[in-house]
Amino acid sequence: MAKRRWEDIAIGLVVPVVAIAVWQWVASMGWVNEHVLPSPLQVWRKWVAYLLPLQDFQAWHEASGGGRLAWMVSGELITDAIGSLYRVIVGFLVGAALALPVGLAMGASRVAHAWLNPLFQLLRPIPPIAYIPMSMLWFGLGNPPAFFLIALGAFFPVLMNTIAGVRQVDGIYLRAARNLGASGPTMFLRVILPAAVPYILTGMRIGIGTAFIVVIVAEMIAVNNGLGFRISEAREYFWSDKIIAGMITIGLLGLAIDVGMNKLNNYLLRWHRGLEH
Amino acid sequence: MTAPDAQAHLVIDDVSKVFDGDGRKMVALQHISLEIPHGQFVCLLGPSGCGKSTLLNAVAGFAPPTSGRVLADGVPVAGPGPERGMVFQEYALFPWMTVEQNVGFGLEIKGMPRAQIAARVADLLQLLSLEDFAKRYPKDLSGGMRQRVAIARVLALDSPILLMDEPFGALDALTRRNLQDELLRLWAELRKTVIFVTHSIEEAIYLADRIVVMTYRPGTIKRDILVELPRLRDPAAPEFNALKRELGLMVMEEQQRHHDAEIKAAAVD
Repeated sequence: MAKRRWEDIAIGLVVPVVAIAVWQWVASMGWVNEHVLPSPLQVWRKWVAYLLPLQDFQAWHEASGGGRLAWMVSGELITDAIGSLYRVIVGFLVGAALALPVGLAMGASRVAHAWLNPLFQLLRPIPPIAYIPMSMLWFGLGNPPAFFLIALGAFFPVLMNTIAGVRQVDGIYLRAARNLGASGPTMFLRVILPAAVPYILTGMRIGIGTAFIVVIVAEMIAVNNGLGFRISEAREYFWSDKIIAGMITIGLLGLAIDVGMNKLNNYLLRWHRGLEH
Repeated sequence: MTAPDAQAHLVIDDVSKVFDGDGRKMVALQHISLEIPHGQFVCLLGPSGCGKSTLLNAVAGFAPPTSGRVLADGVPVAGPGPERGMVFQEYALFPWMTVEQNVGFGLEIKGMPRAQIAARVADLLQLLSLEDFAKRYPKDLSGGMRQRVAIARVLALDSPILLMDEPFGALDALTRRNLQDELLRLWAELRKTVIFVTHSIEEAIYLADRIVVMTYRPGTIKRDILVELPRLRDPAAPEFNALKRELGLMVMEEQQRHHDAEIKAAAVD
């Protein structure tokens, strides 16, 4: 198995390595302006500089009084990544925490669905990004409008999937539970909710993906730090190497979020058929 | 079997069930009356569409009859409940619960203290040779093991009446015989009243004290037979086979009506 794994990794690396080599070759031939397409080597150097602390330890320590560990993570990239991640997490949690109970109620009760569904169907097609102007009027600049937009982006996918999840619960489980004497809250919490969890988690994955898109756009417009802000700022100075370095960081952070969600998914759905773990 | 019996555990009194689909009425059950004494093992036998599962669902309280009533211990059945434990063909185990959580769920609902539940669940798992599977999820079990868990789950409630809806229908022949023997052993030990739905003639003869053969639409009782062969029954014995032949003719007559009706329905469409 271990040998197989290394083989897979080696095979997986071939295409990216070739792509980067071609990119480096094109850039080094001088066919294109380096502001239009910087070489991978240049992007890498910029990425490292972006990652490392801006000042040396002595100067930094005198200015801020922080320790060595704090200094190591004082680079711009890390500060930006933490800022973006923080916004995604807070916004997502707010959106999901609102969507979950509403979705459970709408899935379980026809009355709740009849009352709320028309409004949500009207609001759902409006992309969260279209709320940016109003969110800045309502919440100003900085984190508050970003939280609002991200929560909005996460809300609908979680809502729709929670409704679908509750509705698709197999009648056989309900019959078996009723036969065992379950009713009311027990039925809801121990049978309907767990049976809906696969759908709810799918909604959360889509929701956090949307949240991640929204955070970048929100930072480009309404916030003055974070990864989205940084690449938008770099564009004003034509620092295309820094733009690409920022894009790569965004990609890595997105990948990390996806891997994290996947792990959570596999843990929560360890009982589910057809999952490898 | 028609004289009122004060000792009857379960009384099905003139039960009819009519389904109303797209304006067409379908009579699933027509004037069914049965009295089942304590501890009797009854098989409802018939082809698909004869209403045997509908009758079982009426007894379970999932779908009340259109007319007539079902009495358990003299009390009319108003809905599903743990005094009439049901085993489903699809097992219906909760996939998000481990084996022991599934078996203990009914006791948890009853409000039994945790320590007591654990002890009772351990006993039941042992009774059904499931000790080694306590922490497993249903997806990791074979069909036979799942059905054992489902049986343990209803036994946990100590229901006096066991309702079984083609419980072994999805299992291979060997696992099926194995579980039939297990069920007979448990029944001999616990003396429950059992209603067991099947379309297997051999299964009915192997298990039942009494076989109720049902007709294809409308569902009525075609024959009500007491099986007096000594237990444990030998499916190769001549008496077993004589009964099998007799029942086979009856069931195939209904199967033929089912078949003809299907062809007629297809021709109408």
